[in-house]
Amino acid sequence: MAFVGAKIKIIQPLNLNVHASTHPHSFTSNNNCKFTSLSSPFLGSTRTHTLTLTRSISPRRSAASSSTVVAVSDVVKEKKAKSTSNLLLTKEEGLEVYEDMYLGRAFEDMCAQMYYRGKMFGFVHLYNGQEAVSSGFIKLLKKEDSVVSTYRDHVHALSKGVPARAVMSELFGKKTGCCRGQGGSMHMFSAEHNVLGGFAFIGEGIPVATGAAFTSKYKREVLKEADCDHVTLAFFGDGTANNGQFFECLNMAALWKLPIIFVVENNLWAIGMSHLRATSDPEIWKKGPAFGMPGVHVDGMDVLKVREVAKEAIGRARRGEGPTLVECETYRFRGHSLADPDELRDPAEKAHYAARDPITQLKKYLIESKLVSEADLKAIEKKIDEVVEDAVEFADESPAPSRSQLLENVFADPRGFGIGPDGKYRCEDPKFTEGTAQV
Amino acid sequence: MLRIIKQKISSRGLSAPVIGGYTHRLSPVASTIRHFSSAIKEMLVRDALNSALDEEMAADSSVFIMGEEVGEYQGAYKITKGLLDKYGPERVVDTPITEAGFTGIGVGAAYHGLKPVIEFMTFNFSMQAMDHIINSAAKSNYMSAGQINVPIVFRGPNGAAAGVSSQHSQCYGAWFGTVPGLKVLVPYSSEDARGLLKAAIRDPDPVVFLENELLYGESFPVSAEVLDSSFCLPIGKAKIERKGKDITITAYSKMVGYALKAAEILEKDGINAEVINLRSIRPLDRATINASVRKTNRLVTVEEGFPQHGVGAEICATVVEDSFEYLDAPVERIAGADVPTPYAANLERFAFPQIEDIVRAAKRACYRSVSTAATA
Repeated sequence: MAFVGAKIKIIQPLNLNVHASTHPHSFTSNNNCKFTSLSSPFLGSTRTHTLTLTRSISPRRSAASSSTVVAVSDVVKEKKAKSTSNLLLTKEEGLEVYEDMYLGRAFEDMCAQMYYRGKMFGFVHLYNGQEAVSSGFIKLLKKEDSVVSTYRDHVHALSKGVPARAVMSELFGKKTGCCRGQGGSMHMFSAEHNVLGGFAFIGEGIPVATGAAFTSKYKREVLKEADCDHVTLAFFGDGTANNGQFFECLNMAALWKLPIIFVVENNLWAIGMSHLRATSDPEIWKKGPAFGMPGVHVDGMDVLKVREVAKEAIGRARRGEGPTLVECETYRFRGHSLADPDELRDPAEKAHYAARDPITQLKKYLIESKLVSEADLKAIEKKIDEVVEDAVEFADESPAPSRSQLLENVFADPRGFGIGPDGKYRCEDPKFTEGTAQV
Repeated sequence: MLRIIKQKISSRGLSAPVIGGYTHRLSPVASTIRHFSSAIKEMLVRDALNSALDEEMAADSSVFIMGEEVGEYQGAYKITKGLLDKYGPERVVDTPITEAGFTGIGVGAAYHGLKPVIEFMTFNFSMQAMDHIINSAAKSNYMSAGQINVPIVFRGPNGAAAGVSSQHSQCYGAWFGTVPGLKVLVPYSSEDARGLLKAAIRDPDPVVFLENELLYGESFPVSAEVLDSSFCLPIGKAKIERKGKDITITAYSKMVGYALKAAEILEKDGINAEVINLRSIRPLDRATINASVRKTNRLVTVEEGFPQHGVGAEICATVVEDSFEYLDAPVERIAGADVPTPYAANLERFAFPQIEDIVRAAKRACYRSVSTAATA
């Protein structure tokens, strides 16, 4: 699925404050990274434009790390580098991203083991192969930024900072889980880390994410919390990109310029339905400009490319310029869920993507560019393996929820259970949470 | 003469709705009373809702309204009239026609502590947003084990209007009433409208607020207490609109008015009916209903919605479970006809309970007549 060399003419109704560069932007020879143009004053222009973070735009926003990148990407453009420049990431960032991706992989592999041993049950959807998208985006966020995901949400929660122990316990259905065992695999919520779920329904998270972005704008404009520039990321798949709610939210997000990034994890398959069989126009990034926002396609197996795109998109959102649609072409190495026999996918296709494993690619890059040594990476791997083992032990030893937990948390205001036969609120009855047939 | 009238009023309670024939008898004196007592004012349900929204938005800047035509059009039924001018377009948000989208946006905003009031032009359109009302609003506090609560209100007209046919006439009380995690309120009078809407907006949980289009233009007397900006009614408590001792009639929304009229007619036949205005479908005030049935021993439930799995079915089951020995007659359940609402005016009339149906059912429950059900 290469979209190289397309000449794009976009008629942008909104006047957005971006400059168009005339450099064809190429990171590698396998160029899958493109941006569509915005507000080109020359409507007849057919050049492939790039969305660049020029220094003139809001200099006060550049934090230390992003200013490094600005300078570097200019350098990169001038050099017309043939491969990803070794200055795209510092050593600390490289280690952080590697650790995060490795954690995602090790955790999901452990989930598979635990599922087959009967410790985990129900629906479990694993993220193997897509780690570049999660780490590439989420590692750039602040704690107050929000992430909304689908049922394939373990790694999003982990990247955002939810401890592995809490996620594993939740999967085992124990009281110490991040949702006390009441949510499960598909419903990871964490108010502390602003992980807003975890939704089982396709497309359900997108409007919720749009609402979180709406809140950020509302807080800034109405409640006058001047610095509120919180960004929301909505992760969803290729199948969801055909759902009505997605389009409704693209419209409203662009209309109201909400600080949200719609991240499509296009792994080409929706359970057994190939993306090409289900979609009239398979190039999902094109749906962005139709609604008045930039649409970007990026190689989702390369965490560095994802990170570049993410930086620009997040920067745009923080500056109040509105939403972005990012399509990450990625692949899931396992089936849709642990119950999926995965018979419809061509083994050759699987092999092709397995060869492009994002973790191996990053490892190779880090070592070849002499940013880190093998020993550093081995140390991280060892540490993560221990973290995951510890998480399993912790979850195993944790107690199951007690019976009294059944009726808790239905309402924030517990009087919502109404009035008992004795005329008092039911929740005041001392035996209330022991599970009576009355309620 | 004045003293007797005043006594009559005080025994019924100031908020007893004054309707039908009662008004005719009282109106010449009522106007005189108004000069002497500033307590009785009349307020349209529409104005009650508008004033409740206005006061809550003024008191808390995290309350905002979102829906179709709520802003520049002043509200499809003029409930949000004047609010755009007062609070601006960031707080009174006109949306495109995207129920699923904007309901989800409201839920997402509520996750982060804002207090959205989402208006559905009618609750029939809420079906397009059902996933968000139930899956991402009602269930979230539970799924997240209390970390994320959703202080959102979904409001709009519910039930039948006049001549709008099947797709615009369904009553959703029973549908929403089955879902744990939602609170479902059904106001009748202006006092209910004001008090319950304020309570709903202040409530930390998702509330479905089912209004009724035909009630918007009706006016009810309200006391000074109701007009106070901190007035609030408790959620989950029904109101006994009319005390009685022979039979209990439960109703909600527009049917309360019908039940009260039916009670007047029954009074002439010597049947003293107690009318309960449910006010809240979830949580259902089972305590009040049971206490009333234990007193009167007979029950008629009235609702506009479809009969199977309706609110009346739940009330009947509750009463059978809790007060079986007290029942002297089988529970009579009056509901809308088991058909999609027809368009023709006469057919529409047959499709919904009328006052005569309530009277007939009450008489059957009191073994005063032998005619069998003739409602469908």
